[in-house]
Amino acid sequence: MSATYYTKTHEYLRFDGDTGTIGITDFAQAQLGDVVFVELPPVGKTLTHGTEAATVESVKAAAEVNAPVSGEVTAVNLDLAQSPGLVNEDPLGRGWFLRLKIFDRAELDALLDEEAYREFLKTIS
Amino acid sequence: MRYLPLNDEDRALMLARIGVKDIAELFADIPPDKRLEQALDLPCHKGEMEVERQFSALAAQNIAAGSVPFFIGAGAYRHHIPASVDHLIQRSEFLTSYTPYQPEISQGTLQALFEFQSEVAELTAMEIANASLYDGSTATVEAAAMARRITGRRKAIVSGGLHPHYAETLQTYAAMAGVDLLRLAPDVVATESLAERIDQETACVIVQSPDFFGHLRDHSKLAESCRAKGALLVAVFTEAVAFGLIEPPGTLGADIVAGEGQSIGNRLNFGGPYLGLFAARAQYLRQMPGRICGETLDRDGRRSFTLTLSTREQHIRREKATSNICTNSGLASLAFTIHLSLLGSAGLRRLARINHANAVDLAERLAAVPGVTILNKTFFNEFTLRIKGDASELVERMAEAGILAGVPVSRLLPGQGLEEFLLVASTEVNTDADRAAYAKTLQGVISC
Amino acid sequence: MLMPHGPSLEPAEPLVAEGKTFTGNRGLECEEGLIFEIGRIENTGVDLEEPPPFSERLGGLERKTPLRLPGLSEPEAVRHFVRLSRQNYAIDLGIYPLGSCTMKHNPRLNEAMARLPGLAEIHPLQPQSSVQGALELIAGLARWLAILTGMEAVAMAPRAGAHGEICGLMVIKAAMAARGEAQGRRIVLVPESAHGTNPASAAGVDFEVRSVPARADGILDPVAVKEGLGPDVAALMLTNPNTCGLFEKQIVEIADLVHAAGAYFYCDGANFNAILGKVRPGDLGVDAMHINLHKTFSTPHGGGGPGAGPVVLSGRLAPFAPVPFLRREKDQWRLVENLGEAPNSFGRIAAFHGQFGLFVRAYAYMLSHGGDGLRRAAEDAVLNANYVRAGLKDLMSEPFGDRSCMHEVLFDETWLKPFGLSALDFAKAMIDEGFHPMTVYFPLVVHGAMLIEPTETESKASLDLFIAALRDLALAVRRGETKRFEAAPKWAPRRRLDETRAARNPVLKWVNPAG
Repeated sequence: MSATYYTKTHEYLRFDGDTGTIGITDFAQAQLGDVVFVELPPVGKTLTHGTEAATVESVKAAAEVNAPVSGEVTAVNLDLAQSPGLVNEDPLGRGWFLRLKIFDRAELDALLDEEAYREFLKTIS
Repeated sequence: MRYLPLNDEDRALMLARIGVKDIAELFADIPPDKRLEQALDLPCHKGEMEVERQFSALAAQNIAAGSVPFFIGAGAYRHHIPASVDHLIQRSEFLTSYTPYQPEISQGTLQALFEFQSEVAELTAMEIANASLYDGSTATVEAAAMARRITGRRKAIVSGGLHPHYAETLQTYAAMAGVDLLRLAPDVVATESLAERIDQETACVIVQSPDFFGHLRDHSKLAESCRAKGALLVAVFTEAVAFGLIEPPGTLGADIVAGEGQSIGNRLNFGGPYLGLFAARAQYLRQMPGRICGETLDRDGRRSFTLTLSTREQHIRREKATSNICTNSGLASLAFTIHLSLLGSAGLRRLARINHANAVDLAERLAAVPGVTILNKTFFNEFTLRIKGDASELVERMAEAGILAGVPVSRLLPGQGLEEFLLVASTEVNTDADRAAYAKTLQGVISC
Repeated sequence: MLMPHGPSLEPAEPLVAEGKTFTGNRGLECEEGLIFEIGRIENTGVDLEEPPPFSERLGGLERKTPLRLPGLSEPEAVRHFVRLSRQNYAIDLGIYPLGSCTMKHNPRLNEAMARLPGLAEIHPLQPQSSVQGALELIAGLARWLAILTGMEAVAMAPRAGAHGEICGLMVIKAAMAARGEAQGRRIVLVPESAHGTNPASAAGVDFEVRSVPARADGILDPVAVKEGLGPDVAALMLTNPNTCGLFEKQIVEIADLVHAAGAYFYCDGANFNAILGKVRPGDLGVDAMHINLHKTFSTPHGGGGPGAGPVVLSGRLAPFAPVPFLRREKDQWRLVENLGEAPNSFGRIAAFHGQFGLFVRAYAYMLSHGGDGLRRAAEDAVLNANYVRAGLKDLMSEPFGDRSCMHEVLFDETWLKPFGLSALDFAKAMIDEGFHPMTVYFPLVVHGAMLIEPTETESKASLDLFIAALRDLALAVRRGETKRFEAAPKWAPRRRLDETRAARNPVLKWVNPAG
């Protein structure tokens, strides 16, 4: 049973067992516009929560994607090299960025759940 | 005042429309005690005739390159520019247009940039080129910065054949940006060995060919040594015409190419504005500094050109930009493109052959002058000669005798015991008579 | 008139569909291929004589790599580039209201002076005795810049404004080092509204950037600056007037705070056109400021350069200026080029001596205007911007309220949002009216910024037409003519481009389809 968490900087983390699948939310992709390039970390890299995990570039903007929690990168979405538009079309599905083996589940408590994120979006729109 | 269209009636109407009595009200935010109540102590406006008089007087105090036999190079070269080049770059739509941020009404500039990038890539045998940087020296700095970003390493090795101004500019950057620069001693006779100095901390090795002293260098083995240690080879040039006759840096294994494009389409202009050429392997595209023009389609499916990959640049990435460059060398790159379009491969090859032939002829004549040694085994259109005595003094005396004879190496490399060396360039603008006059005058001056 | 009799012609089938032509041209509007499609490798438009046989000295490095550059005869080349030029907007064609760019008229006298052989055909490394006129010109220009800004010295070397920023920050870094404070002072304060080159330059010189938030009224708050200051700060970078077109009213107070904290005050001089001859930055506490000769002093933008960005320096910073600089010795000018003679200089920032070709043009501009004309130019620039504001403020939203501006007026897209349109849509519709759009989406501190800088070289008639056209567009927005804006531009040489495609599949040079 997986649960999806969110950050105020518009990353999501779908948690399955001890792996997290990370990407950016629909709100973020709409803000960015057409994604043209995604720079992903190497598999095996250790990420600390809050630090830069990846960069996503659109025609008019570039943004850092931060690691919502700490962990080790176990996979990256190679499809994004050929099809960066997947981030726009299906951000929570085929537009995922990377998978992390999570070090400390307690870090998930600091993240927003789906309802809290929706409420947060209302305050900034 | 001829450039200010508003007259007093206009101003009065406009002030009334704005709802203020006096123009001073619009400057009310300036702290009162700092306001200049009247015009500064500067001369009053002048008509065109008066300005022309003043400028002619200033120009008359200079010896123009076309007025005497001219043999100066050292990073900027006198070539003949076809009349149509200067005519075309003065077209209003090229001269007075802005950076092409609105591509729908800038296809002239953008297509010319695309042609420029294509030509630079072909000339240097590299995969991608950008839309220009300020000049060769700052392009070299950008290349070093790019190598640092790509490799994550802090060390750069600089050949003793690099133009001293370029090396000094690199040193300034290195000191400010925490890069360890190993600058080798001036390599007057091209004997330095760089490969063994490369280690796992080396981001790049920076070499120049033709080098500052005129020697032609084959960097292919050095390129392999770099690759073996994960370092990048940065190849620099100051004379773009050379690649009409010698192997380009891409063929010799360069990863990044930085150079000066002034030779093609642009005048000497006492040192600027010049034209920074920049090219690299396609895999490093996202680390390239500067503007880049790309091809696409418009809404009606027509081929169009636009500035692209802007997220590398300052206006989006701000402190994380690949470079802070904004304005670059638009019109100079257009002049380059027009000149090279007129030349084509056939013309450039022939132009390069003439340059080399003239330089060979001059070298042979000067070698025959007693007390003169030519140091170069190889060269394109510039070589180093050695005399007994001070080359700076020699140049002054040659100038008095009506010949601009070259650049004393010690002017750019003072205090290094190089006072006897002189850099001499010979391009297509020299005639047989010029070269004969040089040899004769040199002989005369030396024997005094 | 009698028509000659002849066989009557059948009415021809229309050759092409409505709105399209066979050539793709539309009357005088031309389509044009690439030189690679027009030219031929074997051709050349330059007559050169093959040299007599000689023994080459190439050491085996003769080019064997193919060189496939097309050559065009002169008629073909002239036609190609003239046809290309006709697809460009230019100041010579119409108003170029780009905020922050100061797109004023480029006087042709400047071009003529820059082409005098005694100024254009001189080499930077000729004996200095043979270029005294050039050195005199540089000194003259520097003197005017120093007087106009109330500063001590001028570094002429920088090749553009951004390069000037780097130069100024390097001077500051060197001054800090001389005080023994280089290690401790690693931060540069940059307002949120700053042009992107500011933080990029700071980062390029290995400073860390600390942002100073904007205040609700659009100008910098001394309290916010004070909060950002500390013993770790080397400098504050400020633009004045700022990027919102407003004079930084509390600039003296801010300068005092910066100095009291032991830091230096760098001013981005991009907007100097608004205050030329009205106030001197030196009097406001500025320590270093770059000036864009291609903005304030009319040198042509050339489709993206070249520019020049000399930096005026206070007495405290002058000793650290880069080489080369000019020194008067007896009755001669001498360029000091080597660090051996300039021990306090931080070094060299580029080869040779600076953008001399632009110095000639800027100096001609200054002599033409005189001190009186320059001051008048600033006044007209500010007058024109406020006149545009007066003509549009009832229809367009102003982020900082109903207050006068300096040389540029800032609107935002608040008034467009209810109609589902953006600043970009409005800008593209301006193209169909024959105007280059204003600067959009800069500065970033405002949503959908629309920054208009007419400059002083626009006539009242030009402004009246501009205002009337924009009013008409604004009313069209309010009438809900959304499709018109979304479809714009319709009449430009190109419709909106697919920029996503350009970035996702970069094609950056011509590729021979034949391989």
